[in-house]
Amino acid sequence: MTALYRTTAVRLSALYLLLFALCAAFLVFYVSSMSEGLLAQQMRDAVTTEVAGIENIFDKNGMNGLLRTLERRSRQPGANLYIIASPTGEVLAGNVLALQPGVLDNEGWTETPFRYQRFLEEGSRERHMARAQVVVLPNGLRLLVGRDLGEPEHFRVLVRQALMVALGVMGVGALVIWYLIGRNALKRMDRMSGASQRIMAGDLSQRLPASGSGDEFDRLSESLNTMLGRIEKLDEGLKQVSDNIAHDLKTPLTRLRNKAEAALGGGETPADYRAALEEVIGESDQLIRTFNALLMISRVEAGQAPAEMSPIDLSDIARDGVELYEPVAEDCGLRVTCDIADGILVRGNRELVGQALGNLIDNAIKYAEGSGGEAEIRVTLGRDDGAVSLSVSDSGPGIPDDKREEVVKRFVRLDESRSKPGTGLGLSLVGAVMEMHGGHLELEASHPARENNRGLTVRMVFPAGAD
Amino acid sequence: MKILIVEDDLEAAAYLAKAFREAGIVLDHASDGESGLFLATENSYDVLVVDRMLPRRDGLSLISELRARNIHTPVLILSALGQVDDRVTGLRAGGDDYLPKPYAFSELLARIEVLGRRKGTPEQDMVYRVGDLELDRLSHTVKRAGREIPLQPREFRLLEYLMKNAGQVVTRTMLLENVWDYHFDPQTNVIDVHVSRLRSKIEKDFDQPLLRTVRGAGYMMKDEAAG
Repeated sequence: MTALYRTTAVRLSALYLLLFALCAAFLVFYVSSMSEGLLAQQMRDAVTTEVAGIENIFDKNGMNGLLRTLERRSRQPGANLYIIASPTGEVLAGNVLALQPGVLDNEGWTETPFRYQRFLEEGSRERHMARAQVVVLPNGLRLLVGRDLGEPEHFRVLVRQALMVALGVMGVGALVIWYLIGRNALKRMDRMSGASQRIMAGDLSQRLPASGSGDEFDRLSESLNTMLGRIEKLDEGLKQVSDNIAHDLKTPLTRLRNKAEAALGGGETPADYRAALEEVIGESDQLIRTFNALLMISRVEAGQAPAEMSPIDLSDIARDGVELYEPVAEDCGLRVTCDIADGILVRGNRELVGQALGNLIDNAIKYAEGSGGEAEIRVTLGRDDGAVSLSVSDSGPGIPDDKREEVVKRFVRLDESRSKPGTGLGLSLVGAVMEMHGGHLELEASHPARENNRGLTVRMVFPAGAD
Repeated sequence: MKILIVEDDLEAAAYLAKAFREAGIVLDHASDGESGLFLATENSYDVLVVDRMLPRRDGLSLISELRARNIHTPVLILSALGQVDDRVTGLRAGGDDYLPKPYAFSELLARIEVLGRRKGTPEQDMVYRVGDLELDRLSHTVKRAGREIPLQPREFRLLEYLMKNAGQVVTRTMLLENVWDYHFDPQTNVIDVHVSRLRSKIEKDFDQPLLRTVRGAGYMMKDEAAG
């Protein structure tokens, strides 16, 4: 129960209960005092009217008529009080047995309620309260007309009872709501903290429960789940990188070590040593390259956008890329053609996009080289349907349809390309860069109709409206 | 030339000290940020080589503090972080050049030589001359022995950078950075092909070679005849 008391829902319902009770009490008090006033006024009016009527009867019919009228009225159920007294205060006639002394002394309305006893109630000793008006008739006799106060008194009791019942109902209702809401909220919180505990224990695939009602708990669960999804993805990326490092960096490291060892054992002349050392440096440079590419990919994939994202001129980047690689391509016997639209701006990082394009052209040169007759690479930049695409095509052997998904993954190199230099990371880097820019990579055959050397076209697609 | 190296890896520092002395460069060494700052403030150096991650005061804060004290010695930042944005933050903090670890010593040496001589190189020189080769930065013309050599705009920038740093080794990555404004590793020999094309233009029909390949390092413009 102490845990229940500590929940927000319970504290709130306690506060509401207090507020509602105060409001209800005020309302009941207000209504009862208003209606009591109204009742008292009605009673006064009725008595005043009756007194006037009786005076009228006395004027017309004299003492006898008055007595007859009073006698008749006294017999009616719930009749008013009637007394006729001598000028000195002696009761001569009426339906009242006993009366608080002094009531008849003053003319007009009695100041306060007074006690009296009726004839009919002789058996019971119960006394009643009443208020009355006293008038002096023209013949000097005193006439009292009064009304029992039982009615307003009864009303007051009723109102008090209603208030108690209402308060009781509210109290019970609040307790029930208190229990239901508090318990429900507690249960859901417990489920959530249970799930978070399992997640903290290392099971990142766990998700926080949602009831599907779309309330604030569900919204909280949803945002936390989105966050967890992101963390899980990052965690997977990290695992993948460390697996890859273990797998694919150990191989060249072993090679490096072997070379150093072989040189140590087999070196004869300083020239031998020099050659071996140069090989070792070359091997370690390759390792560094792989390492840098890996770090860069994981960093880009982690969504840590580099500080520098700004509008960049893709047309310039494409032209620079072609210009940078053209001489190498030509030396390899390749024809370089391009079709670059002017003034295409996207939001991005020049360095990364430039490097991605460089990787693609570099790949194209590697695979188109020596692919026969009209070996060429082609760079095109254009806009279709608003999306900007920058593509590099080659006339090389291409990639079989079923392997295209595969080659974008890290360290994947098709068996046919193992003989070429490379880290197996080029395309993954391009893919990661495109993802960071909100775009994607498309691979297809450059010449689908050909038998062999169908070529490969890699298209970097930037999202529409990126500029 | 006198340089200060602020590097907490003592083995690396010892290796650098030996290699720099062999290259004829006088050097002081500090192994943490605070003593590096003290030495750089008290003495006068041509170049500071500052590791980015240092005990007691990190490299970037050391550089900012120096600049705040109005000391404008060129600084080369060494860093194990080699990403695009790290370079940007490094240069923004007041560094003049940035070299990611691991690096080739020849690369570091070449960059330090260029930084150290920067003070003396008049940026406002309108004409660069190496031997009988002449490059006019205003009219964008190149002449050798009075004969004009037509160059593509990029070839012009390449030659301009080489001639500005005549007598010094310029590495391939320095060329890619300064002529193409890219900082990645181009992997293939793209730069070599550009340089050899430029070389054939300025050396064809002439006996005297001007653009030398420095094995394992890069290129150097030098008037061999002048020694």
